[in-house]
Amino acid sequence: MSVLPDVFDRTNALEVEGVGVRLGGQEILRDIALEVPAGSWVCAIGPNGAGKTTLLHAVAGLVAFEGRVDLWGRELRAYPRRERARLVAIVTQQPVIPEGVAVRDYVLLGRTPHLGVLGTERRSDLVAVEQALERLELTWAAERRLDTLSGGELQRVVLARALAQEAPLLLLDEPTTGLDLGHQVRVLELVDELRREHGLTVLSTMHDLTLAGRFADRFALLSQGRLVSEGARADVLNAAVIEEHFGASVRVIGDGDIGWAVVPVSERGAR
Amino acid sequence: MTRRARAIALGVAVLVVSVIAGLLVGPVHIAPGAALRWLMSFGHPPPGMSEQQAAILGNLRLPRVIVAALVGASLSASGAAYQAVFRNPLADPYLLGAAAGAGLGATIAVAYGPSDAFAVTVPLAAFIGAIVGVGLAYGLGRSSLSGRSATSLILGGIAVASFLTAVQTFIQQQNAQTLRQVYSWILGRLGTTGWDDARVALPSVVAAVATLWLVRRLLDVIELGDLEAESLGLNVGRLRVVVVVAASLATAAAVSVAGLIGFVGIIVPHTVRLLAGSSYRQVLPLSVLFGASFLILVDLVARTAVAPAEIPIGVITAFVGAPFFVIALRRTGRRAT
Repeated sequence: MSVLPDVFDRTNALEVEGVGVRLGGQEILRDIALEVPAGSWVCAIGPNGAGKTTLLHAVAGLVAFEGRVDLWGRELRAYPRRERARLVAIVTQQPVIPEGVAVRDYVLLGRTPHLGVLGTERRSDLVAVEQALERLELTWAAERRLDTLSGGELQRVVLARALAQEAPLLLLDEPTTGLDLGHQVRVLELVDELRREHGLTVLSTMHDLTLAGRFADRFALLSQGRLVSEGARADVLNAAVIEEHFGASVRVIGDGDIGWAVVPVSERGAR
Repeated sequence: MTRRARAIALGVAVLVVSVIAGLLVGPVHIAPGAALRWLMSFGHPPPGMSEQQAAILGNLRLPRVIVAALVGASLSASGAAYQAVFRNPLADPYLLGAAAGAGLGATIAVAYGPSDAFAVTVPLAAFIGAIVGVGLAYGLGRSSLSGRSATSLILGGIAVASFLTAVQTFIQQQNAQTLRQVYSWILGRLGTTGWDDARVALPSVVAAVATLWLVRRLLDVIELGDLEAESLGLNVGRLRVVVVVAASLATAAAVSVAGLIGFVGIIVPHTVRLLAGSSYRQVLPLSVLFGASFLILVDLVARTAVAPAEIPIGVITAFVGAPFFVIALRRTGRRAT
């Protein structure tokens, strides 16, 4: 889409160092250190309440944190908020779907950080919206109201909004929640294609370890607000680590006919 | 012509028709052609029109139509704006305590202020009162257990409104000499409206409505919730303050000249949404246009239905508005589940 500025030559899109977050007196994240190379897909995994969502919110500048977050070598806090929003787009876990709003108007909201102070859109903004709609095969639905779409369509609309934002770092919080298996795979394939086409960097959270393992390059395992393991698939997603932190017995199946998978092992399953 | 342009054109057309109707209808018959010629000559009676007819148009009907338009536009636009920043379809200047706060402020100014400075003190005190009213309602609504639900804000607003209205009543009791004057506009009145009222309301209304009109696109962003709006680079806190101040200014101006007129801020924006969708790009401008028309027409009914007596205009808006409120309430209920 746009010509990438030279900041993208840096090897790390995102560097997180010593990041801690307290919300309402409770320590949610502590001393997190993480590097996300430009163009890569890093997936934060971990049990419920591990702090994955809060990590994404910190990186997007949406919660106060201690420590340091650098985007392309510059501290997050040093970016004016609109400039920051042109670099980082987030798809939240449960996006607010405003009632009665048309798909095209919703996707146009992704252009907010590019617009003038009063939010007047230019031609280039409308073009970006049409391109995003086209890329996610939503042109047919442009005039439809959001509340008339299915879950899978809605997820694509939300992605289209993030794509229209033209931010090189895309944060995805549980992008497959509420989708059936087919739509889960399709959404992740789409994110992967967009990443390659547009040179995006992706930091996501995901609960499904099998899907996470198939799409992401690197993994960060959080547990009780701390980063307990970080690295490639083999280092993080192995049975011993998963069992320790998720409290579930699993078997990791590698490279058979079905490809790589994390499968839960249980008494019932063994019958 | 796009759908949006068509909707705006319709709004302008309805407003023009409403203004003409407001000028023509009344106990003294004035021919449409004569009224039009009178308007075109900026108030000089054209041939064939009596001085008396010209006076009725110039001193009674025209200022009344203008004030009704200003009040209607203010209440509708501020209703739509409150609904956006509080993300609450039930928000309305009347139900949020803004109007009651403005009423109390205006009453204090009338009861204790210098009578030669009403033109300044009444709108100012009404503005301060409106801000205090909304602030209290917001504080109460948030601090309650179900802080995020749409109804808790409104319950807070109703509690605040009841309290402020009680204080207002007390002050009126203590100041019997002003009781008559103030009482007539608790129910909402345009009966004694003249050019003075138009002059009092105009600057605030123009400033407030223009501000809301300018930020209308950002109201769509705020609809996404604070988190997503912030992620899109919006300074949500600052926008919320700007919008609440502007909406309260508009409310105060309306209350200063017309008293407490309820439900306009619910009736008009919700009707507009049914016609033109929920984007504030359309909802705000159309609320201004249709709000102005709506109140001109309601006032028309108020002064002709039981002529020569007048129905307080607030009674009619409540009569129409209460069912609307129930519909809006049912919609929020559905959305929450």
